[in-house]
Amino acid sequence: MKTTFLDFEQPMAELEGKIETLRFAQDDSAVDISEEIGRLEKKSQTLTKEVYAKLTPWQISQVARHPQRPYTLDYLDLVFTGFEELHGDRAFSDDHAIVGGLARFNGQPVMVIGHQKGRDTKEKIFRNFGMPRPEGYRKALRLMRLAEKFAIPVMTFVDTPGAYPGIDAEERGQSEAIGRNLYVMAELKVPIIVTIIGEGGSGGALAIAVGDVVQMLQYSTYSVISPEGCASILWKSADKASEAAEIMGITAQRLKTFGLIDKIVGEPLGGAHRDYPAMAQNLKKALQDALKQVGALSVGELVETRFQRLMAYGRTKEQAPR
Amino acid sequence: MSWLNKLLPPKIKRNENGVARKSTLPEGLWSKCPSCEAVLYATDLGNNLNVCPKCGHHNRLNARARIDLLLDREGRFEIGAEVLPVDTLKFKDSRRYPERLLDATENTGETDSLVVMQGAVKTLPVVVAAFEFGFMGGSMGSVLGERFVRGVQAAVEQGMPFVCVSASGGARMQEGLFSLMQMAKTTAALTRLSAARLPFVSILTDPTMGGVSASFAFIGDVVMAEPGALIGFAGPRVIEQTVREKLPEGFQRSEFLLEKGAIDMIVDRRQMKDKLAQVLALLQKLPAAA
Repeated sequence: MKTTFLDFEQPMAELEGKIETLRFAQDDSAVDISEEIGRLEKKSQTLTKEVYAKLTPWQISQVARHPQRPYTLDYLDLVFTGFEELHGDRAFSDDHAIVGGLARFNGQPVMVIGHQKGRDTKEKIFRNFGMPRPEGYRKALRLMRLAEKFAIPVMTFVDTPGAYPGIDAEERGQSEAIGRNLYVMAELKVPIIVTIIGEGGSGGALAIAVGDVVQMLQYSTYSVISPEGCASILWKSADKASEAAEIMGITAQRLKTFGLIDKIVGEPLGGAHRDYPAMAQNLKKALQDALKQVGALSVGELVETRFQRLMAYGRTKEQAPR
Repeated sequence: MSWLNKLLPPKIKRNENGVARKSTLPEGLWSKCPSCEAVLYATDLGNNLNVCPKCGHHNRLNARARIDLLLDREGRFEIGAEVLPVDTLKFKDSRRYPERLLDATENTGETDSLVVMQGAVKTLPVVVAAFEFGFMGGSMGSVLGERFVRGVQAAVEQGMPFVCVSASGGARMQEGLFSLMQMAKTTAALTRLSAARLPFVSILTDPTMGGVSASFAFIGDVVMAEPGALIGFAGPRVIEQTVREKLPEGFQRSEFLLEKGAIDMIVDRRQMKDKLAQVLALLQKLPAAA
């Protein structure tokens, strides 16, 4: 697969292009240029390291949305075995923007639920760009209840620009569907491990992101509103998105310092899309640790700890009223 | 704003019928109903709970006036007033967040967008939380979440129902992800109320949108709405831009939601107290309130 380069990665793209040309030339050339190629490859690595060492929040949100970024189904392939997809909300339809089902994680049955985006135009439309409708959240809810019934841990993967803002979604109760999930996830009697793998877009993300362990991939984002949305409201211009990204604190690093997430899962050099197997390995390790951590708790302790964690969200000060 | 105004305690700045200075109503003696365009004497409108006496259009009502409408005069006790906002993100767009907070306090007399009060509805003990829309659009931040939770806790501890009257544009951007997390926090608190078999009545007023709509607002055991209120997840403009078509007449209004099965009933503000007392008594198997 040929890597797609983002705007800020142009110097890397040029270098990669050069390497590619040389490789092509080497095949029918009498002169050995492998040394030159090796030198350039090393340079490319150094350059990538430099660029990625100082990504701005806005650049990170581009990486989080990278068209080649691994999605939920990719991780299901690489981290889990024996995935049995379960469909539908039993009331209206099957929403393709959320996938879910039973799978094995190191042999242990788990319930996997995640947003799913598409790669090409056709698939993007089929997945509604990863923006669920109420039936998607209700499917997720049904699967969580099913997991609870059989004492199977839940693992969710978050990657959505947000819940779908459409007429039909409103008619079928988008708000209620999201709110209901928040409520049920707060008291679900099995462990919930949440991983933000790409875009954590507002309420549409949170609706499957209440859990006992909440972790983020290094270049994923999580925010109350998209940087563009924030900019268009506050500055009346979507061009200020990079400033909005900066100020809202949407990166894993920032959110970790706020105590809003537990852990950052490292990504391979240049982002998850550069090396699927390496990313999958890191994720698997993180999920393993998380499962071990929450597995030690009794059901009562689990739910109580989750509740206390939810109650602790927020920053306020106290002062006697005047 | 002169230095003198800054010195005045906020309570004095509220006018008599409890309508905040910067309400949706124009200032002055006369106002025009945004619905039927009738010219109304401001006192008449105030005496009629901000409902147009001509056409019944429900104008917005501030938090304290709402509480006055629902709770008996005696035995009130405010909860969570000591919880105040902080600017964790050092948020600044065209203005700094603390400046916006200060302005909102000057305009409304409140310290944040939610007022929680323990009291009684027709002698039935209850905790009521009322949104102050005039305070940064009733946006939900850390303070709102904490006050809401303390209100629910008080209800659980004392074995009384919890009632919330929403009026909000959604989450407060100036608090970033902290505000998103208030959706989870407020909703989670209600699981404890439910476990204690205590009713949660959710009253939706104009507008109830975004993060408030998509968290506890529809989790009520009974969900009521005022007539003609705008209620929904995404704002009408956002939806129009996404689907690129004109929205149907009355879309996202209370009547539309009732039709779609999203709410239990529409209640006129002037009957709200009676209706609430009725429902609370029924759910708690108490004799009908006088």
